[in-house]
Amino acid sequence: MKIHSPVVGFMNGLMVTIRSTLRRPVTAEYPAVEKRLALSNRYMGFPALTWDYDVEEPYCTGCMVCVRECPTQCMSAQMKDNPKHEKDLSRRRKIIESFEINLGRCILCGICVDVCNFDAIEMSHEYELSKYQRNANRVGLNQLLDMGVAYQNKLGWTPKQPQKNSGVPLPPKQSEDSS
Amino acid sequence: MQVHQQVSEHSDAIDLMVNMGPQHPSTHGVFRLVIWVDGERIVKVEPHIGYLHRGSEKICESEQYNQIVTLFDRLDYVGNLNSELAFCLAVEKLTETAVPERAEYIRVILCELNRIASHMLFYGVYGLDAGATTPMLYGFRERERVQELFESVTGARMMHNYIRIGGVKEDVPDDFHKNVLALLDHLKGGVDECDSLLSQNEMFLARTKGVGIINGEDALDYGVTGPALRASGVIEDVRVTDPYSIYDRFDFGIPVGSNGDCWDRYYVRVEEMRESIKIVEQAISNIPKGEISAKVRRIIRPPAGEVFVRTESPRGDLGVFLVSDGSDKPYRVKVRPPSFANLQALEHMLEDTYIADAVLVLGSIDIIMGEVDR
Ligand code: SF4
Ligand code: SF4
Repeated sequence: MKIHSPVVGFMNGLMVTIRSTLRRPVTAEYPAVEKRLALSNRYMGFPALTWDYDVEEPYCTGCMVCVRECPTQCMSAQMKDNPKHEKDLSRRRKIIESFEINLGRCILCGICVDVCNFDAIEMSHEYELSKYQRNANRVGLNQLLDMGVAYQNKLGWTPKQPQKNSGVPLPPKQSEDSS
Repeated sequence: MQVHQQVSEHSDAIDLMVNMGPQHPSTHGVFRLVIWVDGERIVKVEPHIGYLHRGSEKICESEQYNQIVTLFDRLDYVGNLNSELAFCLAVEKLTETAVPERAEYIRVILCELNRIASHMLFYGVYGLDAGATTPMLYGFRERERVQELFESVTGARMMHNYIRIGGVKEDVPDDFHKNVLALLDHLKGGVDECDSLLSQNEMFLARTKGVGIINGEDALDYGVTGPALRASGVIEDVRVTDPYSIYDRFDFGIPVGSNGDCWDRYYVRVEEMRESIKIVEQAISNIPKGEISAKVRRIIRPPAGEVFVRTESPRGDLGVFLVSDGSDKPYRVKVRPPSFANLQALEHMLEDTYIADAVLVLGSIDIIMGEVDR
């Protein structure tokens, strides 16, 4: 340690303060929308379901893999037969019937996204959680899809495995997407 | 603050029993310290822990290995990546997984940046403990820059779940290299600025020099590790004495103090930030291309057996003991948290100090209650 006369250390600190006074403020003010920090692209907000514009249905088939792998057991899902598949409008034989995530329990770990084989779930950029009722954070399929669509549009999201996971029926083409 | 009176065993004077905490702004979490004072002097202290107990170790037994990483995030919630790394190293050792080079480098870079962020947080709140509000703003400003980088890489500011068994979750973004270099530039200036703001301030020196002394031998006996031990002059750093990951490839120093007082514990951390910057610099210039994760199954079933790894977290020697019975869930996970052991020495450090210094001494060992209580 260097030897200092009694006020040198104090003056050094004061210099730092004076220098900082001349700097432009860097503070972001949270609630104001235009003054918030920008989110990075990889930001992990609450999980949301993605929407397949080619056939106008969710990517999610209700396979329940994410439900089983979630460390907090905060999701539930149910599948049904896909009516569009019968009419040959979609490749997906099964489709999600209902989906619920308790966002109050979700810990934003991203494991559900990692395990999903259908590119059906993504960590959206949604992070504001406050609600007036205790259970208002249990969101259903429609809300999850809304969050997902907002995320898709914001980032220009495309599936990681487009060929495998597209819903456009393959064998006898005739697809003509209706978007 | 509750105050009880009781007759002392130590002298004829009446000792006061003062409850500090469990909700006290300076306890860094939920921690209760019962202090018996004789006038202004501390006669005896008794730490009470357990207010933040979540049963993490027990929960680990009912989770799959890849889910447990999220629990380790929440042990030391200021040095998350370091805790994640400790657990992943344990599983990798048990399954004998070789981690790709690139992943190792990414891990080291992020862990060292995490150490800087953690020490910056310490710097800020330690100033606050000493009664100076300004350092907090500087400390948090520097930490924010690191957090920003973390967000762009891992997607989260604190609970990353980024280091995975066998590697890391995904490759770093394209501008990572550039961002890290810019961040290091910032941090170098930032650390110097923080240093000159507080370290030699006369009032700060008067409050911290010669307060809460513990010598090297006693510190070792109490099981103190990390910066708190090195401040007492013991050269012991798991990164050097028992290197894990790829720490043996880097050239960096171990800052040690000489007196083992509060100021030394504080300054060792400031110096450690500079050493961490050196490590990141070397790592970022040598980072190879390639895979970022070994091939691991989604559901990991390590062979039956047990393993112990130790790592150097920002607070000290973080050990993980893992017993597997061959199933997809561990049989037992035991964490050896540095904060818990360091906290035991508090009683010794506080012997015969003034009550006004209790906050400073507690602050100087930089405990994280999430890790103490688990
Ligand atoms: S989100 Fe993915 S993993 Fe979850 S039910 Fe839907 S398709 Fe299956
Ligand atoms: S992010 Fe994690 S906790 Fe949240 S729903 Fe997905 S798996 Fe569950």
